[in-house]
Amino acid sequence: MLTLYIPMDSVACAVGADAVAAAFAAEAERRKLDITIVRTSSRGLFWLEPLVEVDTPQGRAGYREVSPDQVASLLDVDLAANGDHLLSVGLVEELPYLKTQQRLLFARAGITSPLSLEHYLAHGGYQGLEHAARLSHDEIVAEVLESGLRGRGGAAFPAGIKWRTVRQAQAEQKYVVCNADEGDSGSFADRMLMEGDPFLLIEGMTIAGLAVGASRGYIYVRSEYAPAIAVLRQAIDIARAHGYLGADVAHGGHEFEIEVREGAGAYICGEETSLLESVEGRRGTVRAKPPLPALHGLFGQPTLVHNVLSLASVPLILSRGAAWYRNFGMGRSLGTMAFQLAGNVRRGGLVERAFGLTLRELVFDYGGGTASGKPVKAVQLGGPLGAWIPPSQFDTPLDYEALAAIGAMLGHGGAVLCDDSLHLGQMARFAMQFCAEESCGKCTPCRIGSTRGVEVIERLLAAPDSAERERQRALLDDLCDTMQYGSLCALGGMTPFPVQSAMRHFPADFGLDTQEQAR
Amino acid sequence: MNTQQQETLQQLLQQYRDLPGGLLPLLHAVQDALGHIPADAIPTIARAMNQSQAEVHGVIGFYHDFRTSPPAAHSLRLCRAEACQSMGSEALAAQLRTQLGVDDHGHTADGQLELRPVYCLGACACAPALQLDGQLHARVTPEKLSALLASCSKEAKC
Repeated sequence: MLTLYIPMDSVACAVGADAVAAAFAAEAERRKLDITIVRTSSRGLFWLEPLVEVDTPQGRAGYREVSPDQVASLLDVDLAANGDHLLSVGLVEELPYLKTQQRLLFARAGITSPLSLEHYLAHGGYQGLEHAARLSHDEIVAEVLESGLRGRGGAAFPAGIKWRTVRQAQAEQKYVVCNADEGDSGSFADRMLMEGDPFLLIEGMTIAGLAVGASRGYIYVRSEYAPAIAVLRQAIDIARAHGYLGADVAHGGHEFEIEVREGAGAYICGEETSLLESVEGRRGTVRAKPPLPALHGLFGQPTLVHNVLSLASVPLILSRGAAWYRNFGMGRSLGTMAFQLAGNVRRGGLVERAFGLTLRELVFDYGGGTASGKPVKAVQLGGPLGAWIPPSQFDTPLDYEALAAIGAMLGHGGAVLCDDSLHLGQMARFAMQFCAEESCGKCTPCRIGSTRGVEVIERLLAAPDSAERERQRALLDDLCDTMQYGSLCALGGMTPFPVQSAMRHFPADFGLDTQEQAR
Repeated sequence: MNTQQQETLQQLLQQYRDLPGGLLPLLHAVQDALGHIPADAIPTIARAMNQSQAEVHGVIGFYHDFRTSPPAAHSLRLCRAEACQSMGSEALAAQLRTQLGVDDHGHTADGQLELRPVYCLGACACAPALQLDGQLHARVTPEKLSALLASCSKEAKC
């Protein structure tokens, strides 16, 4: 009997995985072959998708970029014996791209079926909750604090401190809110995790609820991620049916329930206070802080707001221990980070590694440079509010502090590569335009500054002489300064990052010569 | 709204009126059921949710997803964020302009297809990406885009 594994991840399907699975089923039926097709999550090796894996005595063998018309020829060779085929990539777990990774969060990626609780339990699932149930609330909080885990959404705030604050707050009702509004271009790790390993997020939220004393959780997912929403809702039902959610989640009478809320197409709702407004059914307008959401969050109650990957890190920290988790990483950036290679990249995909590898290793050793084969011009790290980083800075280690030192940020770990076909003057304009489109409108620097920013950059790019260019550049610098220091949240406050980094490192794209730039 | 639409709305109001923060889930449900949020549903929604009409309008207007007019037969959402731009999404947008005469937020002359920009579909490792009638397509080439459009117009005619 032949067992095939084909991802059901939405992006794998967007490049044909469903059609390939159907073709295998049909062809096997025609040949009267005994095959089992298991639909799994994706390994995150997206350049190989649709990646079909086959059980062999040595492990799973892979076949890359399979299309339905190649299915017949694949079934002609002895797949179960790792038969030779043009599309063969050999044993998948021996691929250097995967073998050199440190998959903690994504340990099950590509291996298990997303909605199989049985698979989840067989691969270490719910061991974290089991351990947490034996600890006191304060001991769980102490473990998270000790692990050094920092928020993975972008702000990198120490998670344990947030947990302690919510734990110590006095209230009738507290909440755990998962921020799954992953809107950054170049980011897809949250999507992969929700679609591929939903029980991990549910377990992480349950432990968080137990620790801080919250009985209700919300997962706010952007509407663009419809498949993730569907998977999460099904997983929640399955977890509830098996007693992992509901009136008694940890054999101590602790209640925990989770509801999925769908966003409605607003980038700003990834900002935590705006997200809370949205869950409350209002316009996603940013709230001024303080009060902190930890004390005065959802419906005015103490609320633990975390990104998907922060919460998904918790079960491992509890099952393996904080000391083990701290072994990964460097300095104050501990644990692993799910880096995501995207855009004009030869080998795009998910790279989970401890903090501290360099951008060069990520871009070249994993990414293999650009898909177009041209030199890498720049990498935008951390989404639309992240800086454009030139190759001269690629030796910077990927950790929060080292990146901050060069005026960049890790954000959610997405890296978008580009070659010289991308005009960074136009991308600077785009950054302002995006901010104008997505601004919630509450504060003036962001609401009006972004529109003025588009206009100034347009004038700068069209300037007839260097005197005019200089005038516009000074104006733009001034505007960026106002936005950076005068905005209420990161949207207005960080839109200057891509703008000014592009101008600083690629003055030619703005018609500025290096001499003008130096002044 | 016709009688049937009104009945649907009433059922949904029953379902969502007591849900904490239920306005967004309600608006999604109305739009899923009716294709859009009819302007004459707003006073009813406001009353049921104990909000002012202005507040309901404000929420509908804030979010890109909500619409108060019926959708075209086919909806195309082309990703225009950085990762897709680095792989030629602007060229695909230009192709749509020349091939169909349709620009962002516009629709074709026959009203069959509407084009909306979207900023990230999470397919950034297989850029450029688009969503056609809710279905995600990645590694989109000009030829693939043409084929997708052809499949749309064929369907629309029959």
